[in-house]
Amino acid sequence: MSLIFEKEIADIEKRISELSDSKKTKKQKDELKSLKSKVKRVTKKVYSNLSPWDTVQIARHIDRPLLRDFIKGMCSEFLELHGDRREGDDKAMIGGFATIEGQRCMLIGMVKGHTVEEKVESNFGMPNPEGYRKALRLMQLAEKYDLPIVCVIDTPAAYPGQEAEERGQSEAIARNLTEMATLEVPIIVVVTGEGGSGGALGIAVGDVIMMLRYAVYSVIPPEGCAAILWRDANKAPQAADALKITSDSLMELGIIDEIIDEPAGGAHRDPEAAIASTQEAIVRHLKSLKRRKIKRLVDQRYNKFAQMGRFKHPRS
Amino acid sequence: MGWFTRSSKNKDNDGSQDLFVVCKSCKAHIFKEEVQNNLKVCPKCNHHDRLTYKERLDLIVDHDSFREFNQHISTTDPLEFVDGKGPYAEKAKVAKAKTGLNESIVTGSGNINGIRVVLGIMDFRFLGGSLASGTGEKILLAAEHALRMKRPLILFSASGGARMHEGIVSLMQMAKTCAGIARLNKAKIPYISVLTDPTFGGVSASYATVGDINIAEPGAMIGFAGRRVIEQTIKQKLPADFQTSEYLLEHGFLDAIIERKDMKDYLHNVLLYCSRKKA
Repeated sequence: MSLIFEKEIADIEKRISELSDSKKTKKQKDELKSLKSKVKRVTKKVYSNLSPWDTVQIARHIDRPLLRDFIKGMCSEFLELHGDRREGDDKAMIGGFATIEGQRCMLIGMVKGHTVEEKVESNFGMPNPEGYRKALRLMQLAEKYDLPIVCVIDTPAAYPGQEAEERGQSEAIARNLTEMATLEVPIIVVVTGEGGSGGALGIAVGDVIMMLRYAVYSVIPPEGCAAILWRDANKAPQAADALKITSDSLMELGIIDEIIDEPAGGAHRDPEAAIASTQEAIVRHLKSLKRRKIKRLVDQRYNKFAQMGRFKHPRS
Repeated sequence: MGWFTRSSKNKDNDGSQDLFVVCKSCKAHIFKEEVQNNLKVCPKCNHHDRLTYKERLDLIVDHDSFREFNQHISTTDPLEFVDGKGPYAEKAKVAKAKTGLNESIVTGSGNINGIRVVLGIMDFRFLGGSLASGTGEKILLAAEHALRMKRPLILFSASGGARMHEGIVSLMQMAKTCAGIARLNKAKIPYISVLTDPTFGGVSASYATVGDINIAEPGAMIGFAGRRVIEQTIKQKLPADFQTSEYLLEHGFLDAIIERKDMKDYLHNVLLYCSRKKA
């Protein structure tokens, strides 16, 4: 699937794949060669002029690597641990013991799907309260066993449903925010796709917060913001602009610590490369956080969030 | 918008439009004075109208005991946000002029029947009581003050949620305020959350629902997602009492529903149990 702003790239890619499939004349070989260098140039050009709304489309791209792809690509072992011990086992939020380049950790994250069946099974990546409670159970287990925590964020939102409200969606998220603030193990957060508001933040309080280059992280989806503040959901591109939701903006605002680069043309063109850079960043931080004194790390985590915000009147 | 509005039927200029109000819940016409004297609670159906921070403060703290702090903290418009109706900076200016406040919460220290506490009271009139940089900072400083002074913290919520105009910075205030609460928990300092109408989104999904004791006023609307969003998602009608405080009590997320007239004494009684220095 190609996105609207990628049309120029897609047209060249199509011609390349046509040429690659058949026996080639000398002339066609030359054409192929020049097309391959052209596609690189054009991709670079298109991707250096992305609007925030374009980036939203990339973050939601159906071929973008998802949590299960990251686990398959990064982990030599993943022992999934199910259930919140209260209500059930949320398929939109999973977690378990994981080993990444020999580093043992607790890996937690939201599941989306590539196919319709996968999407339905994972509730389109929208966790219910039991998902957040499962995540907290696993994080507390990690604290007990002194394992660092890695949270992988990719969700449009916490599920807005009747039963989600009845089982305390608010409280489940709020509890995680409160408990994660003082958990005595390192917490690494990576936003890989959509960082959808409180639903994302519910497992995103950490010592290191990273974003993939074309991930987005927002207080509200641009469509929702446009419907409220512009009274027109079609003004989503303007809302995406105003909300400052791209990795560059979040870096400037001091919300995230690092941007993980994506291959030319986005993670959906080369998932393996995107997963490899993510793995490199996670392992680097796992190794470095391991050496830190935990009491100091927890104090620094508090200060990190205490300093978030811009207001008149300096902290005394 | 309050539950009570001027009756549209009394538009003849005999002055009667200032005498009567119509209850938004039961539609009864009631003398304005009667409602005011009844703490803005409808004498016919017990509907609790929204209060300004000042009205709330006068009901909760002992006379002349409140000392506000950090009142000058206000927004700086971190995103330079402009929407379909204009710049956020302008909206904030209007809200400030309308309410006389610099942010959506007032914080300070005061006495509740002689017990010194740290208080935060949100005011829905200030941009829908939304949570943004200034709000988050004031709450965190209040929590830190409670921690330092070893005094209970009580937060009264009234909010539509995180303020969109400060984008991701508003979202982070949820984590920031909860970090403050977490430190109180570790130090065993009491934190009581009082949820008033309405408490939604980023406020209900942060400090408002993690009190040691969560209490609410009758009929307050409390939830994570708005009713319309949920109905559009599940394509079903929701129960009439959905997201009322009575509904939340039923589902186990509130310790008690307390009427406005009893709130101060109730808080005092609870504080006698959670203060570690028992009387």
